[in-house]
Amino acid sequence: MKKLCCFLLAAMLLAVPFTAFASGPTNFTYTYNQWHTPIPSPDAYRVTAYILGQHLYFNGENLGQFREPQDLHAHGNLLYLADTGNDRIIVIEFFEDTTWEVAGVHTYAMLDGEPTTFDRPRGVFVSDWYGSYGEIWVADTHNQRVLHLDADWNVITEIGHPGIYVEDVRSLLPYYSDFLPAKVAVDFSGRLFVQALHINRGLMEFDRDGTFAGYMGAPEVVVTPIDQFFRFIATPAQREAMILNVPVEYNNLHIDSQGFIFVTTSQEDIEFPVARLNAMGEDIMIRNGWYYPIGDLWWGAGADRSGPSEFVAVTTIPNDIFIVFDRNRGRLFAYDSQGHLLYVFGGPGNREGFFTFPTALTNMGFTLFALDGGHGPNASALTRFDLTEYGELIKYAFDMYQRGLYEESYLYWNEVLRINGNFGLAYIGIARAHLRMGNYREAMRFFRLQSDTLGYGRAFNFYRRIWMEENFWIIASGLGVLIIIPPVVKTIKKLRKEINES
Amino acid sequence: MTAVKKRLQNDSFRHYLKSLKFSLYTMRRPLDGFWDLIHEKRGSMAAAHTIVITFVLVQIVYLTQSNFWWIDIPMESFSSLIVVLNIVLPILLFSLANWCLTTLFDGKGRIRDIYMGYAYAMVPQLLIRAAIVPLTFILTSDEVMIPIMLSQISNLWFYILILCAMKQIHDYTFGKALLTTIVSLSAMGIMVFIFLMFFAVVSDGMAYFYSLGQEILFRIRRG
Repeated sequence: MKKLCCFLLAAMLLAVPFTAFASGPTNFTYTYNQWHTPIPSPDAYRVTAYILGQHLYFNGENLGQFREPQDLHAHGNLLYLADTGNDRIIVIEFFEDTTWEVAGVHTYAMLDGEPTTFDRPRGVFVSDWYGSYGEIWVADTHNQRVLHLDADWNVITEIGHPGIYVEDVRSLLPYYSDFLPAKVAVDFSGRLFVQALHINRGLMEFDRDGTFAGYMGAPEVVVTPIDQFFRFIATPAQREAMILNVPVEYNNLHIDSQGFIFVTTSQEDIEFPVARLNAMGEDIMIRNGWYYPIGDLWWGAGADRSGPSEFVAVTTIPNDIFIVFDRNRGRLFAYDSQGHLLYVFGGPGNREGFFTFPTALTNMGFTLFALDGGHGPNASALTRFDLTEYGELIKYAFDMYQRGLYEESYLYWNEVLRINGNFGLAYIGIARAHLRMGNYREAMRFFRLQSDTLGYGRAFNFYRRIWMEENFWIIASGLGVLIIIPPVVKTIKKLRKEINES
Repeated sequence: MTAVKKRLQNDSFRHYLKSLKFSLYTMRRPLDGFWDLIHEKRGSMAAAHTIVITFVLVQIVYLTQSNFWWIDIPMESFSSLIVVLNIVLPILLFSLANWCLTTLFDGKGRIRDIYMGYAYAMVPQLLIRAAIVPLTFILTSDEVMIPIMLSQISNLWFYILILCAMKQIHDYTFGKALLTTIVSLSAMGIMVFIFLMFFAVVSDGMAYFYSLGQEILFRIRRG
């Protein structure tokens, strides 16, 4: 009877349709303006679903609570969730009408016809690329391997510990240290990138056939002269006790639609906690905003939290906006491709739309899925966010601008401003539209409102040139008069003097 | 009309105008100018005050009215009073510190002479800042080097003028003028430090006596 009740309840829950523009409780969205001051903003994203493990049923069986889930990956309308503590990977299918259904629960893969179980898998990746479409990679962490699976969960390659004992341990992982893959990603050429725990030499890179190719993307260690001086005067014992100057350890990675790798790190005092790496491992992120994408700018202690944001996950939504997830305060920060902050939402707490221990973030188009890996009952949950009307307007404005439809983007930016007059990028968007349409004066006015020096300079250059061309005769004659008058006056004075004297 | 004419014929007012105009001469011929400023009485305190007040006004206009790519201060945190203090306090402190120091080292200048010299030395900076404000509306941010260069020139000019002023006012050699100027800068720092310490001690003392009084009052009330 109890079981039936549960089932009915679940059926009811599944049957409740969600509207596209959710009107749930607010997320306390805000943004930072050019003076680094936080200002409130309307919600761009709102919670449309809050899914606990016990809400999910597969073949009539309750899945039970998630235990420390660590990773999410979206592929088509399938969402892959690495439920680490339960040693399983859950596949949830999301339908157009915003309902969902569990499409599969995987606790093992088939290796040569034999099932091989997962042990605390911390990462899952499904390829969207041509050539490997639908193939799955699982970071089977405690088994110290990465499994490359086909779409039917049969093992294609098993990638184990890459260590080979050689003198030069800089290029390889020595046998005596564990290989604990945590997050995986594959680029269009089939190269596999693994973020492994306790490795600070960057990402581990594997070839298509699973052979270890080396480390990539380790950020350079900067040794300041002051550090060097103190290291120089320290005794060997003191030197031992000093904090080792090692590169930062990445904690998550994400491959964007162009095949570049976004990495995050939660280490403190880092200038670039989120970076975009090219195939060479160089950081190519554009940071043109008023501040680098570092999350919160105000670090005041409150609610037991202080210090900078600690990024743990990153994802890119289709119009090149990237969103980073902050573990310290449970917030999501959206930046555009130029590095301008768009909006911040979420927060610490147990309500829906708030997080206790963020672990992963992914997106299905513009829909966001955030995973809370909190410990304890009912703490681990999957939260779905959808764009609000305001968020849609910003999205359209970006779309139009990127396609070169400046007049349309101008209309959308105006709509955005009607809802939120504090949205700085809208002024810049309008100014750029004016600049492209040739209204230099208006462009200058709007650039000035946001203190956009570069844009203002460009608009003013055009404006000045046109003004000079239009008023050329006035300027030329003015200059001519200025040149002619002094000698004339001088000669007149001279003549007068001569007349007076004579 | 007649009042204005009378004013213009008034000797002291004419001296004031002449001394104000003399600031343009000290700017170009500092060694000669600063000697005459004090020893030939060609400068006046009134002109020095005028220069300082004008400098404050120009500085306020410069900080608020320049184009945003040159100076961008959030207006809600801008205070004219701070600008006034930033300009007037260093002048007074420098005059005092320099006078204290130079009287010990055979300086000829009185405190008002030092004040006058400092004020007259500020003139090129005043003029260049006033010129930069309209310039930022003609130039774009690509040509930012021009106002940067101008303000650097004005700073250098100011240092040279101050040195010349110290040399001529106190009848020193250049080396001695440089030394006393630098030492009086550190004396300014010491003075500020003593001021701050004095106020901190006084406010602590006040707090002590206040709490003592309160304690006594409480005891009396409790009976």
